[in-house]
Amino acid sequence: MSTGTAAPALQIDTLSCARGDRVLFRDLSFAIAGGELLHLKGRNGSGKTTLLRALAGLLLPESGEIRWQGENIRALREEYARHLLYLGHLNGIKGDLTAVENLRIAAVLDGFELDETRAWAVLDEIGLRGHEDLPTKHLSQGQKRRVALARLLANRASIWILDEPFTALDVAAVQLLQDVIHRHVADGGMAIVTTHQEVAMIGAHTRTIELGRRHV
Amino acid sequence: MFKPLFWVIRRDLTIAMRRRSDVFTTLIFFVIVVSLFPLGIGPEPNTLRQIAPGIVWVGALLASMLALEQIFSADHRDGTLEQMLLTPQPVSVLVVGKVLAHWLVSGVPLVVMAPILGLQYDLSVDVQLILVASLLLGTPALSLIGAIGAALTLGLRSGGVLLALLVLPLYIPVLIFGAGAVEATASGLGGQAHLSMLAAILVGSMVLAPLATAAALRVAED
Amino acid sequence: MSSRLINWFKFSSPASFYPLARKISVVSTVIAVVLIVIGLYMSFFVAPTDYKQGEGYRIIFVHVPASWMSMFIYVVMAGWAALGLVFNTRLSAMMAQALAPTGAMFAFISLWTGSFWGKPMWGTWWVWDARITSELILLFLYLGYMALRAAIDDPRRGDRASGILLLVGVVNVPIIYYSVKWWNTLHQGSTIKMNNQTTMDETMLITMLIMTLGFWAYAIAVAMARVRTVILERERSSTWVRGLTAAEI
Repeated sequence: MSTGTAAPALQIDTLSCARGDRVLFRDLSFAIAGGELLHLKGRNGSGKTTLLRALAGLLLPESGEIRWQGENIRALREEYARHLLYLGHLNGIKGDLTAVENLRIAAVLDGFELDETRAWAVLDEIGLRGHEDLPTKHLSQGQKRRVALARLLANRASIWILDEPFTALDVAAVQLLQDVIHRHVADGGMAIVTTHQEVAMIGAHTRTIELGRRHV
Repeated sequence: MFKPLFWVIRRDLTIAMRRRSDVFTTLIFFVIVVSLFPLGIGPEPNTLRQIAPGIVWVGALLASMLALEQIFSADHRDGTLEQMLLTPQPVSVLVVGKVLAHWLVSGVPLVVMAPILGLQYDLSVDVQLILVASLLLGTPALSLIGAIGAALTLGLRSGGVLLALLVLPLYIPVLIFGAGAVEATASGLGGQAHLSMLAAILVGSMVLAPLATAAALRVAED
Repeated sequence: MSSRLINWFKFSSPASFYPLARKISVVSTVIAVVLIVIGLYMSFFVAPTDYKQGEGYRIIFVHVPASWMSMFIYVVMAGWAALGLVFNTRLSAMMAQALAPTGAMFAFISLWTGSFWGKPMWGTWWVWDARITSELILLFLYLGYMALRAAIDDPRRGDRASGILLLVGVVNVPIIYYSVKWWNTLHQGSTIKMNNQTTMDETMLITMLIMTLGFWAYAIAVAMARVRTVILERERSSTWVRGLTAAEI
């Protein structure tokens, strides 16, 4: 196990991923430490989502390793998941449940308790006042996205993996989300974010990786 | 471990209650299938009494299998399934919760309905009791085993037919001991041994099936 | 993975296994032809006529080895699947995939010959005997595996999903067999017992052994030939496949 402040918490070592026949990227290596924001760029089909899913542990890479504090995340499994919050293209909320119910069940599965009042407060903060008690299938796309993003405010995970978090959001929500991400990073967390719109993700500790340059 | 389990069950039951019509589809299918046999075979009471255990059991088995197709697909579509794979909870525990909730919603109604259908076949009271007991032990095992198939075929074209092809051979022991228990009771041999075997299968599948299902779900979300 | 294992896994890479598979395939083909020719000759001309069943019994020299092979191959496939799932080796899953049609074929031959045997013996093409029924279910398991494989486009997902199915199947096979046997003994009246081979002549035994070994060699030969095509298809975009000359393919 690597120790010390200089050691990167999440290390990607010669990672290669393929989809079917096509190799998306080969021998990708980088590392992220606490307090860093990684902005992942690349054109459509360059493997951004695949990389994020591999980082989350959903996808088995073709070769290479992803290590969290020196150990392969495949071996860590649930232990790694404890530190992780992943938001993919799908919101991961049930249309038949209300926003509050969705948030509370997600919290229990993530291993902590979220009481009713706190859930309401979080939804209020993300801008869903007055919609907390509706089945989420009646909400608009942007509102559903906000329900999913509310987990960022309630959760205490240190690694955030966000795949296109700004889609379907209005200007105010984009601003809010940027603030939330920067606050998380300033508190020592790490975030890996993909966007293809020009959202200003530039902060003091932002790094950018562009996929799909070398492989055509 | 029990808290997330409890919450998953509660979540799925809440959703099921909010879309009640889905529950009845399975039940109606069961009733129709079981009612078709006398029409195909003829109304002779002795024949019907003899084949009743097999028919009710096959009907329950098919109904259970059809209902299982849906167990993970909605969660797969809206992304809650991938979130479940990313929680610190063991996936197999969450699978147990989902299967249990699914059984409460789609399996228990079959068990309750069975004696009413048994009346159509002129079964005696003690035979009816064994029928209910065998279904009570057997249908959860069917759900547990079927969940593996549902996870393996998740998101595939022709998932339903494929699910049947994968799962039905694995259902055979449950069918043999389930229908056998009822039949043995009807012929005066007593169904105890059969019921013990069913219980053993239930325990075995409770231990092993969630592990296989969890592994299959991870593959499906890859 | 520790460095000690690397050597051991050398042939788990499709590229290095590909030429080896060809050699194994050629050798096994020769062995299979020789053994099966000898075996068939002995079955028809050397083995004595059964005093109870007459000449018709000779079909068991195909039937019994085919049944054995069908069961054995399923277990081997499950073994490969387990290896593939644990070590994430691509070749293991390809081996399981290559074996499946042969196993299914043996299960089918077993049922078919059993049926041909049954007709003169019992006057019916099909009896719900425990072993025949189990063999039928085994055939279903093979078909299920192949159908699942075929339904999944992504080869890696296909490997892993069908591997899990094989492991589930292999755990269930004894349970299924046991339950079918139980069911069969309870319904004894309606079926005919078929295990009457208690007094088997030594020549018969040797013949059956030769046939079994011949089937073995055949299974290996066919599986190796098939795994070569699977490797080629799966690795078609890799540099080593593109570098193959016509002679090597």
